[in-house]
Amino acid sequence: MLTSLLPEFTVDRNEDRCIQCRVCERQCSFDVYTHDDDHDVMIHREENCVACQRCAVLCPTNALTIRNNDYTYKPNANWTREHIQDLKKQAETGGVLLTGMGCDKPHKNYWDHILINASQVTNPSIDPLREPMELRTFLGRKPDRLKMEKGKLQKIEYPGVELTTPIMFGAMSYGAISYNSFASLARAAYEYGTFFNTGEGGWPKELRKYGKATIVQCASGRFGIDLDYFNDASVVEIKIGQGAKPGIGGHLPGEKVSEHISQTRMIPQGSDAISPAPHHDIYSIEDLQMLIHALKEATDYRMPVSVKISAVHNAPAIASGMVRAGADIIVVDGIRGGTGAAPKILRDNVGIPIELALAAVDTRLRNEGIRNWASLVVSGGIRNSGDVFKAIALGADAVYIGTPALMALGCTVCQKCYTGKCAWGITTQDPYLTKRVNPEIGTRSLTNLLRAWSHEIMELLGCGGINAIESVRGNRLQLRGIGLEQWELDVLGIRGAGQ
Amino acid sequence: MSVSPAAKKKKDQAANKKIIKLDATGAYYKDLNRKIRALAQEGARKFEINNVYGQRYLGTNLWGVEDREKISIRVYGTPGSDMGAFMDGPTLEVFGNVQDATGNTMNCGRIIVHGSAGDVLGYGMRGGEIFIRGNVGYRVGIHMKEYKDKIPTIVVGGTMQDFFGEYMAGGRIIVLNKFFDDNPPLRLSYFIGTGMHGGSIFVRGDVEAHQIGAEVGISEPTDKEWKEIEKYVAKYCTIFGLEKKQVKLLKREKFWRLSAKSKRPYGTMYAY
Ligand code: SF4
Ligand code: SF4
Repeated sequence: MLTSLLPEFTVDRNEDRCIQCRVCERQCSFDVYTHDDDHDVMIHREENCVACQRCAVLCPTNALTIRNNDYTYKPNANWTREHIQDLKKQAETGGVLLTGMGCDKPHKNYWDHILINASQVTNPSIDPLREPMELRTFLGRKPDRLKMEKGKLQKIEYPGVELTTPIMFGAMSYGAISYNSFASLARAAYEYGTFFNTGEGGWPKELRKYGKATIVQCASGRFGIDLDYFNDASVVEIKIGQGAKPGIGGHLPGEKVSEHISQTRMIPQGSDAISPAPHHDIYSIEDLQMLIHALKEATDYRMPVSVKISAVHNAPAIASGMVRAGADIIVVDGIRGGTGAAPKILRDNVGIPIELALAAVDTRLRNEGIRNWASLVVSGGIRNSGDVFKAIALGADAVYIGTPALMALGCTVCQKCYTGKCAWGITTQDPYLTKRVNPEIGTRSLTNLLRAWSHEIMELLGCGGINAIESVRGNRLQLRGIGLEQWELDVLGIRGAGQ
Repeated sequence: MSVSPAAKKKKDQAANKKIIKLDATGAYYKDLNRKIRALAQEGARKFEINNVYGQRYLGTNLWGVEDREKISIRVYGTPGSDMGAFMDGPTLEVFGNVQDATGNTMNCGRIIVHGSAGDVLGYGMRGGEIFIRGNVGYRVGIHMKEYKDKIPTIVVGGTMQDFFGEYMAGGRIIVLNKFFDDNPPLRLSYFIGTGMHGGSIFVRGDVEAHQIGAEVGISEPTDKEWKEIEKYVAKYCTIFGLEKKQVKLLKREKFWRLSAKSKRPYGTMYAY
């Protein structure tokens, strides 16, 4: 072990409570605990602890407390502990620092600077418990105008999909997450009437029965792709970028490529699964148009094609190009979007918050008169139903959630996904650990989350005297900013509180 | 409605014999491909498409067509990009050149080109065979992959350009470097096999260290691989009407095998 680093966390064992059951030892996948048989005591290697809280939660007598180590270097506003420790790790290894989950830096969170309106007196509020509320959401291109013939509405000519709630599970590949986690997402989405996204790691055959609830990805690595893969799903998504690591590809390390994963991705067992940074058939908007239409051909124009990018400085112009290239759905993933593994320097420094990107993209598409050509889905930093509501009022059609879904499965955001040792059994392929996610319970937790958030969204609608989510879409008058500069209000297209 | 096996066989035989001729003059690719799809669904197996002029995605829209591996399409003219993209079974034979991204992420089937191919040929290809009589453009064979005995193969009669076989994860590519034009091998391109972590590229002609990616090793083909090379070159001869005995003139010592030094090229790039 490296000597120049201080442990980040302290393990406090209350010896009066500890019954030497050794649950902590079995639960910790980071090798913190060993039992000293000679002295019958537990020994702690605190330097390995990642504060995932698995041991503390499972300790039957609550004997364990994991807390920040209160050691300190000389306090320095510039050289924080994180900077010092990171630098030392790199001096020791010469390597790129990896991390997991979304950016944890305190970049301004705009959701916390946006407030929602409610009706009083002049427009009665609505109680969702006694009146119908509509959360149904349709994704796909919408016609420029509705056509009526003989008093009947003509069928919309573009393929689309229907969601019972505007919340979907974002792309997380089998490989990055365990089979049980992946299966839980698939089933929960199916049962609730929404979608999960396979990510780029293929789609196991036995889960194809959830095709009605499945979005499949076509990413630069083209793993596990064949015509059945597309046609068994309901939406095909071209992954260009991801908020946690805009502009780079991914490396699933060979040790995670097990037999079943190799079969699902169609690559040899134990070989790195490398996704190149760009799609090498897409170097321009025209090339993107070519792939979008290749996918439409491959699915005989039966399903919408989505394109996902990360929120970068010129996202609005790119989004406009994507829509004009024929994307039926565009997805923008913000800087706080999660990942199974990304270079820390990219995760924390590249991209922009989704709130700003979303507003800017929606405004741009409206100004160009093409907003109805594609649905807009956003992700990266949605934490609760309030964030969902605000996203929709800023112009999104729906959101993807990734981190919240994993939290429903047990994740405590320790950010160690890239190690493949997730003690909660989520971002690991170790059979001893993956058993910790039970697909039955996982499915229930995920549908619970969707139900709870959906109900809260109805409450938020009702308090504003609105009975359909459609009436909130892009309805920025429902929002006011607080503690924002004028330029921020301008980008968000909202007024300040009290205005 | 059930069809007796005998009746089905008869119908198949009739369809197999019958060549459907289509004229692509002025046709929008979507309409052309849908027409082929509809005819294939009705049982047509052999197509000849004339006056092809830039129509894209030939061979792509055939998912769900029964026995689609029996479909063969002869293409006269110059098809558009992404020909055979995601293709899963059929055979496309082009009497002319092809544009970019031919055989993109192809899964199964065969593409024959009696001419040259543009950039990004066989990107992400996972199965099947591609034979190019002439030259190929840049970024060919990027991220080809294989799984067990499903090994995609590309044979190029002419020359290749830069970034050949980048990120290659599996499969085989044979580059004859103008052997059948009686030309001495030309100098090869640059950045060959950058990021390569699987598969093999067999080239005729000398390769200098500065032309290949850091992840690529140069060695001689093994006996088994040499047999494979001979087999594919023999196929190439048959397909393009060359005398098969010419295969014997290929000199093994002129061939190099480029392959990945490691299945994990970036394993040591990271701290912990
Ligand atoms: S289980 Fe998690 S919190 Fe407990 S000691 Fe191990 S790493 Fe630390
Ligand atoms: S998925 Fe596992 S490793 Fe990743 S942050 Fe959550 S608990 Fe930690």
